[in-house]
Amino acid sequence: MEIFNPHSNIHFLNLRRFSIAVAVLLFIGSIALLTTRGLNYGLDFTGGVLVEVTYAQPVDAGTVRETLARAGYPHALVQSLGGTREFSIRLQPRGAADAKALDQQQGAADQVAAQVIKVLQAARPDATLKRTDFVGPQVGSELRNDGVVAVIFVIIGIMIYLWARFEKRFAVAALITELHDTVVTLGFYALTQRDFDLTVLASVLAVVGYSINDKVVVFDRVRELFRSARRAEPEEVLNRAINSTLSRTIITSLFTGIAMAALFFFGGPAVHGFAITMLIGIVVGTLSSIFIASPLLLWMGVSKKDLMPVTKENPELARRP
Amino acid sequence: MTDFPRWKYWLVLVVLLFGILYALPNAFRPQAAVQIQGSSSNPVTPALQSQVAQVLRKAGIPGVNSSIQGERLLVRFSNTDTQLKAYTALRDALGDKYVVAVNLASSVPHWLRAIGANAMPLGLDLQGGVHFLMQVDSGSVLDQQMQRYMDDVRDSLRAKKIDYDSVTRNGSSIRVVFKTAAARDAGRALIARNDSALQLTDGSSGDGGYVLRATLSPAELNKIETSIIHQNLTTLRNRVNALGVSEPVIQQQGATRIVVELPGVQDTTEAKKILGATATIEYHAVDQNADIPQILKTGIVPPEDKLYYTRQGQPIVLKKKIIASGDEMINASSGFDQQSGQPTVNVELDSAAAARMFDFTSKNVGKPMAVLYIERIPEVKTVDGKEVHTSKTKEEVINHATIQGVFSKNFQTTGLTQSEAKDLATLLKSGSLAAPMNIVEERVIGPSLGQQNIEKGLLSVLLGLSLVLVAAAIYYKLFGLVADIALVFNLVLLVAVLSLFQATLTMPGIAGIVLTLGMAIDANVLICERVREELRNGSTPLAAIRAGYEKAWATILDANVTHLLAAFGLMTFGSGSIRGFAVTLAVGILTSMFTSVTATHAITALIHGGRKLKTLSV
Repeated sequence: MEIFNPHSNIHFLNLRRFSIAVAVLLFIGSIALLTTRGLNYGLDFTGGVLVEVTYAQPVDAGTVRETLARAGYPHALVQSLGGTREFSIRLQPRGAADAKALDQQQGAADQVAAQVIKVLQAARPDATLKRTDFVGPQVGSELRNDGVVAVIFVIIGIMIYLWARFEKRFAVAALITELHDTVVTLGFYALTQRDFDLTVLASVLAVVGYSINDKVVVFDRVRELFRSARRAEPEEVLNRAINSTLSRTIITSLFTGIAMAALFFFGGPAVHGFAITMLIGIVVGTLSSIFIASPLLLWMGVSKKDLMPVTKENPELARRP
Repeated sequence: MTDFPRWKYWLVLVVLLFGILYALPNAFRPQAAVQIQGSSSNPVTPALQSQVAQVLRKAGIPGVNSSIQGERLLVRFSNTDTQLKAYTALRDALGDKYVVAVNLASSVPHWLRAIGANAMPLGLDLQGGVHFLMQVDSGSVLDQQMQRYMDDVRDSLRAKKIDYDSVTRNGSSIRVVFKTAAARDAGRALIARNDSALQLTDGSSGDGGYVLRATLSPAELNKIETSIIHQNLTTLRNRVNALGVSEPVIQQQGATRIVVELPGVQDTTEAKKILGATATIEYHAVDQNADIPQILKTGIVPPEDKLYYTRQGQPIVLKKKIIASGDEMINASSGFDQQSGQPTVNVELDSAAAARMFDFTSKNVGKPMAVLYIERIPEVKTVDGKEVHTSKTKEEVINHATIQGVFSKNFQTTGLTQSEAKDLATLLKSGSLAAPMNIVEERVIGPSLGQQNIEKGLLSVLLGLSLVLVAAAIYYKLFGLVADIALVFNLVLLVAVLSLFQATLTMPGIAGIVLTLGMAIDANVLICERVREELRNGSTPLAAIRAGYEKAWATILDANVTHLLAAFGLMTFGSGSIRGFAVTLAVGILTSMFTSVTATHAITALIHGGRKLKTLSV
């Protein structure tokens, strides 16, 4: 079975002004969202107390919220974990003063959790405790720094590898598209205000890995075509590289997407965030491999002579007339 | 086919066998069990085994299967309900003498365990339990240590009658002011001899007095900090063992933190109390005149004595008077005697205790002295439906030895094996200066959530796998089926490697497995697309296969190395669950390179080799 016409020759690079414009818009939009709305950091990063409860009978999130507000927790964040029987309740520090207070009363954290479940059970005896989490704010902020460092470390490491294996323009193009993919994925989290927790951070790094994988395949073909073609017009070579890898780019994305969809629909709330990030990252990464990476190469002026393997000079040959 | 070397078939076969063998233990689900741990005074015997059977029969749980494994008795049950029922019955019957705990017993056959094949341990999110992250406060210990050094410096200067103005401490630096330069020189020599860990520098000299500054050398500071963490780890391990939790995780994380994971435990208050127990040691004289058989029979102990037991369960009678106690001890370490080469434990006392020790030993050469270890564990018991808070004191004689000569500040204990010496040193230290710990992270995962996570995780792995299998078979026909075999092989191999390393399986880890499965097929997509291209360009089928593999390999390598870099970046994270994901991803990339390229090439060569082909099913 073949979905794609093997002899397709869509002129992707003709669309480059448009596609880059869209990418820039997405990038700027995401940055704007990240600065104005910010990420909705989960407990792992902010610190605080989280209680997950299960009800035997369906219940309305509003009712749970009301019960808690009446018991003196007006700022409790109540979220459904899918369905009307499982909820997560978060008590997060608001502001630095709160964080400090929380840090000092670590011992009290499990009492807070115990209190919350007691209050809920008083209102509805069918409530049972699924799990509780307490994270000190100090741990959370350290983790956030570690995360930023890890992302930077990964992107720089990949750049160095591409620089050595290919050429510096490929490294720069990879860096820019990587940044684009990461920021747009984060932008989705800023837009939807979904919980950004440790697992999601891990999946953002996995997106970086996936997206680079995709680009390297195209870059590899670009290099191969440049080396084998006698007359290599950069625009034509780049276009041919995209077209001849198009089928694999999309099929791999589909296959990985299928696996992630299985995780999304059946993996439960613990890996929900992970699967969503991956799905978004796969779409963004695939599009940027096709529409953004190659135009960048073209603009930076990649050419045949940059990619020819360095041949050892043979003194015998040089001496010949 | 001629271009596929024969040894590679064997390699694929050997790796496949290895994979199946080491992944196999994960198919055996652990069985619900109750574990009964004995001690030297209450050993696990066949008699206990029959007693257990009797207790269970009375509780209405007949015909159970129990086995003695070393110092513990394992009783297996078919489900968790009977397990919990039996646990309550056994704890009530045996709880005073034995540590009874619920446990998940491995049901992996012996021959598999003999070759080191074990199931992957499950993370807390998959089996329920409590997780603590504890911050070790080494500052207070260092502070205490410097205070001790200061007292020591002052006392020794006074004892040697060296003229000084003042001894003061500012944080981690001790400042001694002498009246004359000569006194400072004498003082420096004395301190250097007594407390070699201190680094001495001269301060200002002149009218204001002659200043000598003593600080801990960076190497010493580092040593203390490492030993504090180490000690706290050891202490925690001892206490968690007392708790009877099966397979607890107690690990250092970062420079100053300790992770404690207790599977199966749900009550954090009780766990916290055990972790917060305090311990100390005391040096006592042994009463040699006491008639131990008589005391054991009558229970009457002379008023100045007390009856104790050693760790081996031997009775011993000690004088009540304390010669030195843990908070007077500066350091304890294990080493070797310079003359005899025997393992030793070296103890360093502060001046006050040293004076008492000198006094005692000069009168008692040739008589025995004992070290008593005392641990206080707060306990919560439910009596008549009410919670009663009590504290359990555990006292045992960890060592007794004959005094060989007069000593005071520094002394050695010999006559131990090397591992005994190490244990004793740690015990001595854990009695003296375990640093206080704060809980900075605490998670409780209910057992039902764990079960739910396992089921969902397994379902998503199987579903993700089968969807990709079907998609590949439809799209690439025969080559797709070959890729499918490789993908299943990859899953087996991935699980085998993770089991071999005993990597803990967590929910993010499962997500990593699903992701790896989705991405492992990429290499086959690359190969199949290449083969199709070659066919389109007019190559013969065999040439197309050869060229397809050759050309795809460079791409696969580049793509995977960059992907691996990303996985390593993730691994730099300290946090446990993310590491689990990163390790899974990294191992998955490596195994997939083998299965998708080498294994599929071998299968393809087997199918197509030596035949005249007109077309390829790709």
